[in-house]
Amino acid sequence: MSDILLQIDGKEVKAKEGMTVLEAARSAGISIPTLCHHEKLEPYGACRLCLVELDMRGWKKLVVSCLYPVAKDLVVTTRSEKIDRIRKTILELLLAHAPDAFDLQDLAKEYGADRDRFEKESSFCIHCGLCVRYCAEVKKKYAVGFVNRGANREIGFIPEVASKECWNCKECFPLCPTEALQAAYVLTEALASSSLFSEREAEK
Amino acid sequence: MDKDRIDGIIDKHRSEPSSLIQILLEIQAENHWLPKEALEQVSERLQVPMTQIQHIATFYKAFSLVPKGRHQIHICMGTACHVRGASRVLDTVEGLTGIKPGETDLDLKFSVETVNCLGCCALGPVVEIDGKAHGKMAPAQTADVLKNYD
Amino acid sequence: MSRINSPADLEAFRSNLLSERDPNKTSITLCSGSACHASGSREVAAAIQAEIEQQGLGDEVALRRTGCHGFCERGPIIVIRPEEICYFQIKPEDVPEIISQTIKEKKIIERLLYTDPATKEKIVHESAIPFYKNQGRLVFGSNVEIDPKSIDDYLALGGYSALAKALCQMAPEQVLEEVTKSNLRGRGGGGFPTGRKWAESRNAPGDIKYVIVNADEGDPGAYMDRSLLEGNPHSVLEGLMIGAYAIGSRQGYIYVRQEYPLAVENVNIAIRQAEEYGLLGKSILGSGFDFTIDVHQGAGAFVCGESSALMTALEGKAGEPRPKYIHTAVKGVWDRPSVLNNVETWANVPLIINKGADWFTQYGTEKSKGTKIFSLVGKIANTGLVEVPMGVTLREIIYDIGGGIPGGKRLKAVQTGGPSGGCLPEEMLDLEVGFDELTKAGSMMGSGGMIILDEDTCMVDVARYFLNFLTDESCGKCVPCREGIRQMLKTLTNITQGKGKEGDIELLEQLAEVAREAALCALGRSAPNPFLSTLKYFRDEYEAHIKEKRCPALSCKELISYYIDPAKCQGCGTCLRKCPSEAIVGGKNKIHVVDQEKCTKCGTCFEVCPSRFAAATKISGEPVPPPIPEEARTIVRKSKEK
Repeated sequence: MSDILLQIDGKEVKAKEGMTVLEAARSAGISIPTLCHHEKLEPYGACRLCLVELDMRGWKKLVVSCLYPVAKDLVVTTRSEKIDRIRKTILELLLAHAPDAFDLQDLAKEYGADRDRFEKESSFCIHCGLCVRYCAEVKKKYAVGFVNRGANREIGFIPEVASKECWNCKECFPLCPTEALQAAYVLTEALASSSLFSEREAEK
Repeated sequence: MDKDRIDGIIDKHRSEPSSLIQILLEIQAENHWLPKEALEQVSERLQVPMTQIQHIATFYKAFSLVPKGRHQIHICMGTACHVRGASRVLDTVEGLTGIKPGETDLDLKFSVETVNCLGCCALGPVVEIDGKAHGKMAPAQTADVLKNYD
Repeated sequence: MSRINSPADLEAFRSNLLSERDPNKTSITLCSGSACHASGSREVAAAIQAEIEQQGLGDEVALRRTGCHGFCERGPIIVIRPEEICYFQIKPEDVPEIISQTIKEKKIIERLLYTDPATKEKIVHESAIPFYKNQGRLVFGSNVEIDPKSIDDYLALGGYSALAKALCQMAPEQVLEEVTKSNLRGRGGGGFPTGRKWAESRNAPGDIKYVIVNADEGDPGAYMDRSLLEGNPHSVLEGLMIGAYAIGSRQGYIYVRQEYPLAVENVNIAIRQAEEYGLLGKSILGSGFDFTIDVHQGAGAFVCGESSALMTALEGKAGEPRPKYIHTAVKGVWDRPSVLNNVETWANVPLIINKGADWFTQYGTEKSKGTKIFSLVGKIANTGLVEVPMGVTLREIIYDIGGGIPGGKRLKAVQTGGPSGGCLPEEMLDLEVGFDELTKAGSMMGSGGMIILDEDTCMVDVARYFLNFLTDESCGKCVPCREGIRQMLKTLTNITQGKGKEGDIELLEQLAEVAREAALCALGRSAPNPFLSTLKYFRDEYEAHIKEKRCPALSCKELISYYIDPAKCQGCGTCLRKCPSEAIVGGKNKIHVVDQEKCTKCGTCFEVCPSRFAAATKISGEPVPPPIPEEARTIVRKSKEK
């Protein structure tokens, strides 16, 4: 497999076929912010923070670097007024859900995001999807999944699966950038505890 | 709904996981809602995780996880009906039934839904009740139309 | 019924069919599309059947229930052939008269004819009526002659001859070349060159390839695809098979909304009949080409009309779109090459193969060849489906075919392209329909929805309406759409409720940029269009809502009040009787007054107040005048003073 040469922020970068622009950038020490990306999981392309600008023979477009495949002579810009403006608004939209989320604080400072720009939302899940994808792709237990669509989208545990699998696992907990996952789990456990708890007691 | 009946529907689609949505649509059409036991049976037979079924059952508007009323009121909120005053008709229906779109009343008499374009734009605003389309609806006549349903 | 095993068999069958059909036999064609069903065409059909039997005319008169004729405003419609006498708005009670007068005695019933609103002239023949005459119905025209549940009707009109020509006289590359030469572009909204898409799939690696019909028509107000699929399903099947042959696919899918039960029914019947005749299945027409079609129903998600979301739904998952950095023509359903085209696009294919690309390119403009079917709805006299060659102007469609705006109202804007499109004001009516001009002006042709808005429509509310629709339909995966569009909706709702503030427009513009540039799919990326186009052409309405708390169109409920002008009220009592909230105070010979506390702003009083009084009015942006004192409410009738 021959090397593919592309340009990121004016720097020439060598990449292998099949890599994404994000992987190529990271290999060259260029940082691009991400939220829903994780090395153990398939790229998801949902948070849109990793947006970069491509210049294809004069025609510019914005793409998510975690999914865009490297190609010969690609010209990539990772920071610009437009990109920064968009990242700032995306962060502000997320901060309306989870103003204290640890992973968002540094990014918010860097891009000047105002946590009070939008009215506070009742749900603190920011839909990075890491918990759902980890449980499906790595653990293959499918204990937690998405419910509903659009602005009503939530995460939800399947009580019967969670009561069997989650107590001894909880590997998704540290992945969650907010308190939403733990809250969802605790709620599920509380609701199911009356029937399932007695089952577990009986098994002992 | 009968377990055998559900097995029959699944067999008809050759137990293929890609037919999941079609199978759920058939169960919904016959039973008017998707009970948990039915979903568990489908999950088991198709070897599809419950999280996927949960997502699909809540993602698509055609499915209901709670029993629906005897009469389905569908109010068209398509653009043509909207400009002809559909939101006023909706307000009146909400007032008369006491429920909002997506809800069923406590007697399980009416379920109200908004739908996007029934394709009868010439008759807008259109309210479809149990599959029958009532055209050129105005707030004033809504009470009369609903009275006919018990 | 024996299988048709070769093109020669097909032609023999066809001539046999035609020889059995007497073109002079009287037939009553009744439009039985979904809209006419809603107007009562089923009852009319039953009445016609009963009357024909009763009069013993079973052998001389045939009833043919066809698909949508397109003139939906005037349904139910019947056309009596061969004379082509066209009657509108038929009720079951009219049937005995129609049979005895027109069928038996060849006499025209004047009151059932079309009357030209301007000249008052009555027109007898279907093809002379301006609504039909001014169209160019290459694709849709056959609807009026076909019973969609009868494959024989389709064959009688020459159906499946294009398939025979493609399979048995042309190589797949030749079929591809002809479609490419025709410059056919996708009719679903994207306008992507069809030949190029097919070529991409043809050249993509892989043995298993799919062809898909996108019948998930979701734009509210658009029902062209429904009427095509309900009324002429075989034209779509034939096009699909020709495309499959061109790219090397043996499996087709039709993804149709479950909200279209008649279309689902008719397409399933068509597939079954085609299979029986050997026009679908193994070695079609003896060519060695195998093909199967599966029908998948949608389950109520607008986003599934987006090609990658549709393909995800075909796989049995929730319809979340995927990034299309690698085209779905190369990696689609199950990562296999998949050609997805709109219903209308497929229906154009048999015409192109039969009559040739050169014939096709004589219609339309340089970049937009062929015709387009529009659903002309809203505040328009002749609501219905309209097919015109591209290049015709909006003005011609709205006035020459559509009959203009009813009720003496002024046209304010034309909304095209559904939730991805925009609104164009009156000054832009001379723009030509096609893929490019409307887009340059800030809207787009889209799948063909054309909604006419008049002076009573609030443009801020139109933007809010579309954002409300999209917020509900968003899949929720990406931040710009799930969060950004919802914030836009919140802000626009506040504006229409009188809670708008300085800076709202700038906030909306910024959120619009995020959605346009950063959203995952076309739903999110085009969601700001209705807002941006209404802001561009109707900025004054936004400013009036925000700065003056006034709705210039007198439409936004929270910003208007109903007020009965005491100088005009004649105490007729109509409004009091009809008010559903008992919010009107009045009595015999008394000036009526609206109790603002009880008023729910339903607008009934405004609509029922006799136009000769026009006393019920709407006020916006200023306080309601206090009710005149009780003593002053007695009406002095001038006519009683001598």
